[in-house]
Parts: sequence; structure tokens; C-alpha cells
Amino acid sequence: MDYVLLTEQFLNGFQLGIILFLMAAGLTLVFGIMDLVNLAHGSMFMIGAFVGGTIAVVTGSFVIGVILMIPAMLIIGIVVEMTTLRTLYPRDHLDHVLATFGLILFFNEATRLIWGPEGLVVPLPDFLEGSVALGAITYPVYRIVIIVVGLLVALGLYVLVAKTRIGMLIRAGASNRTMAGALGVNIPLLFSVVFGIGAVLAGLAGLIITPITAAQIGMGEDVLILAFVVIVIGGIGSIRGAFIASIVTGVIDTMGRSFLDVFLLLFLPENAAESAGPALSSMMIYILMAAILFFRPQGLFPPKGAR
Amino acid sequence: MADLKSPANILTVIVIGLFAVVPFLAPALGEPFYVLVFARIMIWAIAAVSLNLIMGYGGMISFGHAVYLGIGGYAIGILSFHGINSAWIQWPAAIGACAVISLIFGAISLRTRGVYFIMITLALAQMLFFLSVSAERYGSDDGLNILSRSDFGVSFFSLEDNTTMYYTIFAFLLASVFISWKLVHSRFGVVMRATKSNETRVEAVGVSTYRYRLTAFVIAGVMCGIAGLLQANFERFVSPDMMNWPRSGELIFMVVLGGMSTLFGPVTGAFVFLMLSEILSTWTIHWHIIFGPFLVLVVIFARGGIHGLLTRGSDRE
Repeated sequence: MDYVLLTEQFLNGFQLGIILFLMAAGLTLVFGIMDLVNLAHGSMFMIGAFVGGTIAVVTGSFVIGVILMIPAMLIIGIVVEMTTLRTLYPRDHLDHVLATFGLILFFNEATRLIWGPEGLVVPLPDFLEGSVALGAITYPVYRIVIIVVGLLVALGLYVLVAKTRIGMLIRAGASNRTMAGALGVNIPLLFSVVFGIGAVLAGLAGLIITPITAAQIGMGEDVLILAFVVIVIGGIGSIRGAFIASIVTGVIDTMGRSFLDVFLLLFLPENAAESAGPALSSMMIYILMAAILFFRPQGLFPPKGAR
Repeated sequence: MADLKSPANILTVIVIGLFAVVPFLAPALGEPFYVLVFARIMIWAIAAVSLNLIMGYGGMISFGHAVYLGIGGYAIGILSFHGINSAWIQWPAAIGACAVISLIFGAISLRTRGVYFIMITLALAQMLFFLSVSAERYGSDDGLNILSRSDFGVSFFSLEDNTTMYYTIFAFLLASVFISWKLVHSRFGVVMRATKSNETRVEAVGVSTYRYRLTAFVIAGVMCGIAGLLQANFERFVSPDMMNWPRSGELIFMVVLGGMSTLFGPVTGAFVFLMLSEILSTWTIHWHIIFGPFLVLVVIFARGGIHGLLTRGSDRE
């Protein structure tokens, strides 16, 4: 097997894992703390890409796009939380699913009205173009940047949740909402802020992938479903679980797509391997998820003291 | 069902009556197009009734229920693609495929509860969606045309005749409502509803809830698969879009809109949902921008759905 290709695909899988983590972290925070199933998280991914991408195109600087996207998504997230989601907290999961499904329809259509059906192409800034040599392989600079940014965000999130005062409030709200409220924590404000943070993370994920894939309507939905798989594997409410499961899912999915048919050739005749390869590789992470759930229905890292 | 003259029951009779006469009424009114619309409504209604069985009565929120529409449909499409048109092979194959797959999916997902269940049913359904997208032989994204409808091999009953097709769908709709009525009022249904309200207690009296839930899951899967095979026959077309996740979301909405855990609510829900989207889409192609917020408002303000509003929660089952 080709060592260079193997390393390259591993890095691509790692990069997909980083994107999944940015999505899954917000989802799992929102679910762990507010007990809210939020399908509209996929819309935040898309809106981040379109809003940040538009700023980048208008100002001519991708970096400004990323920087201004952050307050924009924070505001959008908080507005969505305050106008719609807040009324849903006391409801059951079915109502969450339906109402946020309605939000997806709305956001997709609103995006189509504002940006048109074609989507938005965001060029990569010059200094992020090109490739660098990493040992035997050359790898695009921008993909390395994505990986580094993702790791920094993961680290920042860890510090935020584990070491800061707001992180303490978040953890308190997650383990016992009523008690934290009784001790004087402003729970509604806390929820708004957490939702805003989740929206920023999702928006960031959407925006940094945009120079590679272009911004498209409904782009968040496939990622959302993968992020669901990730948090189910990792254990809902666990950021650490989300991180590990994201990387595992990203790497397995990407590697499976490139190497499964080669691997199958070891057992199967050539034409059978060629037709089964693509079909099986698209199913692999779901099979992984089913296997993990079979042995651990709560996922790999169920948070301590969760319901 | 205490009072036959309750508004909900009157609505039920009106909707069923409308289904029964549309093939005559619509052409007479110069709107033959509505025969197609009503056939579609009835197919979706069967699927919604099947979802209501597990979601409304069993508390299992499946967010991947449309996958069985796809399986039922693709069973017909693939067999027909290989030149097998006999209904005596196609229909058992479609039903068998749905039974096996819902058994596997149910066995996996019913090990979990709550939000895990929602996400797993969604993920498993998407897995088959992506499988159908990657199946180049069967048309990938573009779907598969079905040249002729299922052939029963008898002269007096041919689905190629549109009226026969319409009333076949109608008969299956009535049957699905009847079956869910029988099920809900059987011992099986009592266990299901008891499990929904308190699973621990049901386990405590010595009933294995897992087996009951799994059985219900398979029944619902098969019933939805029948809707899928009818849809494939009716449209003469199957595509991955039939089982993409928004279809599952729409099915959930139909059930909730009509009235979850009511016998006829899902039918009313499918009727209102599809008529509304039909009407809104003639106003503007951007009708989702109205429909999305409408959905949110229904969730927030009209929890019992249409049948719930009509009965005011007094005699809901």
C-alpha cells in the first residue's frame, strides 16, 4: 500500500474530524446543558459560511471574514435562542426536533432568497495557498491551518469549561440546572451564552471549510448528521468524548472511502470488491456506531452525573 | 371514540368521504389534477399512520421512518429493473425487506432511549440513503424509472388502470387505520401505551418491553414499506429523495399536526400538510419560508394537533 497516500488520507480524515468536532462540541454542549435537541445547529454551520464568506468577499480578506463572523454568529445564535428555542426547554424532545426542523426550512429558504440558489464561492487568501513538505509528502497549507485552528479551539474550549468561572457555571448548569439557579446563577443568560458559543463554533466550522467546498444551501445537514453520529458514539454531553469520536469518525470515514476497495480485494474477486467498496465505505461509520452502541448504549464517555 | 358526533369524528368522516369520491368529483369540477394529489395524500397518510403506531402510542420517536418508504419503493424498482414485474414476487419481497431491515434497525436502536433513539434512527436511515445514492447501477441521485406497475397476472385487476390504483391505495389506507385501531385496543396495544407512560412499572409486572417495542417497530416498518411500494407503483419512479431525512421530519410533522396518539389524526395531518404545501407552492417557490415558521408555531401553540384541538383533550386515546 502506498505510504504517501495513506498519510495524506489520514490527515484529510483528521481534518474532517476537526470540522466534526467544531459541530459536535456545540451540539453536545447545548444538549448536555439545556437538554435541547437542536437540528438548527446545521443551519448555524451554513449561516456562518455565508455571512463570513460574504464579509470575506466584500472586504477581500478571509481573515477579516473569520474575525467578524464570530460576533455575527454570537448575535444570531443568541437571537435564535431568545426568540424560539427558549420556549422549547420545558417541552419534550419531539417538540425540539419538530420546531428546529421548521427552523432549518426557514433558514435554508431565507439563505436562498438572500444569496440565490447557486451558493457562494469564497477564494482562499494567497498566503494560505500552496503546499508544504511534511517528510515524504506535500500537504496543502490550508488543510494544516484547519487542523491547527481546530486543535486550538478544542484546547480553548477545554480551558473555558474546565478552568474559568463561566465554565464552572456551565458545568453547574449541566449537572443540576435547578440547584444552580437556586444558588443565584442567571440560567436564562447562561443558556443564551452557551447557545451563542455553539453557534460560533458551528459557524467557524462552516466558514473554514468554505474555501474548499464553497458555501451551499443545506451544506450543514450532512455534517449535522455526522455530528449526531459523533456525539452518540462519544456520549452526549461529553466534550472529551466528542473530540475523540470526531477524530475517529473523520479518519475512519475518509480512510474507508479511499482504501476499503483495496482492502476488500484481499478477500473478494475484483469486480465484487469494486462494487461493494463504495457502498460499504459509505456505511462504515454507521456500522461502527451500531457496534459501539451495542456494547455501550450510553456511548464511550457518558458524562458523570448525567441524567 | 365515545361520541360519534364529536367534531373530530365528523372531520374523520368528511376526510374519508372526500378520499372516496375524489376520482369522480375532481374531473367533474374540471380539476382532474387533484386525483393525483389525493392519491399522494393517502400514500403519505399510510406512512403517517404507521409512524403514529410507534411514536404516538409507543413513545418511540423515529426520525428515520421515511427509510421504509424507500426500501419498499426500491424493492419494486430494483425487481422491475431486472424484469421481474409480478406483484406476487415484488410485494412479498418489498414487505420482507422492510421486515428484515426494521428488525435489525429496531434491535439496534431500541437498546437506547430518548434523544439517542432519535439520533440513531436518523443515522441508520441516512446510511441507507447514502447507500442508494452510491448505487450507480440503480440510478444514484437520479432515481429509477419503473416502466410498468406491479402485475397481478389477472385480467380483472390491473394497477395500470389509474382508478384501480387509486382505490387500491384507498383500501390500504382504510386497512392501515383499521389495523392500528385493532392493535391499539388489543393486549399488545395496552402494553405499548403502558410502556410509553412508565416503562419501569411495565417491566416490574413481568413484561419484557423490549420484545413488544421491537414487534411494534417492525409492524410500523412494514406498514410504511407498503406505503413505499404503493408510492413506487403510483409514481412509476423511485429515488433516494424518498428516504432522505427531511421526509422523515415531514412524516413526524404530519402526525403531530393531525394529532399524535389519535387514531385518525395522522390521516388528517397528511391531508392538511400536503394540501397546504400544494397551495403555498402555487403562491411562491419560496414557500418554505412561510412553512418553517408555521411548523414552529404549531409546535409551540397547538400541541394536540387538529384532533387534539377538536376533542379538547377530553376523549383522547
